[in-house]
Amino acid sequence: MELWYSLVSLLPFEWAQPGTMYFMKHALLAVLVISPLFGILSTMVVHSRMSFFSDALGHSAFTGMAIGALCGFNEPSWAAVIFAILFALLFNLVRRRSALASDTVIGVFSSTAVALGIFLSTLGGRSFTKFNNLLIGDILSVEPAKIGLLALILVLVVLLWAGSFNQLMLSAVHPALADSRGIRVFWQETVFSMAIAVVVTLSMTWVGLLVINSLLVLPAASARNVARNMAQYHLISLLGAVVAGVAGLMTSYYIGASAGAAITLYLAVWFLITFLLRKKG
Amino acid sequence: MRKIKHGRLATGCADACCLKLEGLSVRLQGDSILEDVSFHLHCGEIVALIGPNGAGKSSLFRSILGQMPYRGSITFSPAGGPAIRLADGTVTGGKRPLVGYVPQAPSFDRGDPVSVLDFFTAATAKWPVWLPVPKGYRERAAASLARVHGEDLLDKPMGALSGGQLQRVLLALALEPVPHILILDEPLSGVDIEGEHQLLEMLDELRTQYDLSIFLSTHDFATLSQFADKVILLNKRVLKAGPPDEVLSSPEFYETFHLRMGKGGEA
Repeated sequence: MELWYSLVSLLPFEWAQPGTMYFMKHALLAVLVISPLFGILSTMVVHSRMSFFSDALGHSAFTGMAIGALCGFNEPSWAAVIFAILFALLFNLVRRRSALASDTVIGVFSSTAVALGIFLSTLGGRSFTKFNNLLIGDILSVEPAKIGLLALILVLVVLLWAGSFNQLMLSAVHPALADSRGIRVFWQETVFSMAIAVVVTLSMTWVGLLVINSLLVLPAASARNVARNMAQYHLISLLGAVVAGVAGLMTSYYIGASAGAAITLYLAVWFLITFLLRKKG
Repeated sequence: MRKIKHGRLATGCADACCLKLEGLSVRLQGDSILEDVSFHLHCGEIVALIGPNGAGKSSLFRSILGQMPYRGSITFSPAGGPAIRLADGTVTGGKRPLVGYVPQAPSFDRGDPVSVLDFFTAATAKWPVWLPVPKGYRERAAASLARVHGEDLLDKPMGALSGGQLQRVLLALALEPVPHILILDEPLSGVDIEGEHQLLEMLDELRTQYDLSIFLSTHDFATLSQFADKVILLNKRVLKAGPPDEVLSSPEFYETFHLRMGKGGEA
């Protein structure tokens, strides 16, 4: 962290002065870790039409938090991670076994998870308000240990991307074709949805449940407007996410609004720009 | 279009490579999809599978690909080698024959940021395609596409290809590596007349060049006699199998497609 503090002190901002405003420096580092994470995952969420699914995962993460709190864990986010992983696995199993369209299956899971979360968190007449901070999120409360964890996840996601992005992409394009080339489609999809589950759950506290899905959809949606191949697609998605992330944090600091919301609004502007520049034909 | 009738056609499977299906049955959730299907597929032969929608054509393909459980047996004998039995996707007694598969055209959105090069590299190489694809892989993909006269398609987005171009890309992919058996699921649907002509000519070229069996399903009966060595009429079971003219003029054919005798084989 010392290295980071001295790096930041090179920036010409008042909060960047040495020895002050550590929460802002932590937040900036957290944004620099979280935004590429979402920028990368976003590409496949959009490509395999899973934006509704990732939305449902956010809801299940909240339910996991409620379960964790109920069981009296000090650190409810681990319970939430486990719950979200189980949720992803169960969802993939049901989708594979049932003849229903996948958005219907998602609807079933999503509403069940939300209902369970609200039920558990209000059980015995307790107030829901302590979960309010999950809805909005607060990036300024991030601690160095959490940033380290998120950085580790970023490394793991990049490794996953290096090892199995090709298989994942083919599975999304044409499952039968992928299967005929020896790809185990079910496991590819399951591991990917578990990765989303972990990332969404761990970053929900900082980004906020209500806007987290926009971070999984907007970067790649914008990139799709202009990219002509996979490399461009990833680059534009990643760039958009990081720039919007940093800009959103700054805006939030100087004019005081939720950082998650500000980041999302920047991404929306980014989408508008790419839409106007979109490739023709 | 046809230039060479393959010499091995008339004789049995004694010395030629051959895929044998015997007593194949498939049931799906209690419904019978295929019943007692038996036939042979020889190397260098183009066999067309015809039948109404829901006749079990795709299920038959998926059984050969090992993607669907079945009863009965599927065996493959390479030229001069011992027979290999394929059971439910696992193989007993030897190396699994390579089956190239050209699926029913997958749907790409026009805006999909997947270039032909991305698609090809993703399917054939370990290089993760979210990084710029290096020259070596590019040349390999170009060489494969050259087999189907599609080198110029390399940088096009998949979503911008015409039906015929998409089929050619999928065909090039199925030929990498060159398989023993090539299966094409309705390759002619969504392809215009010129594309169709090109594709059929290409298949004819391939089977003589690589001596592979080509097994395809189609609804286009008009061109059957120009390219197919054998036609199999399927509707859960094999209703008729033989040379195109024989099958297309059979009472079974007319009955299956609700045509009156005496009318031409157009559908």
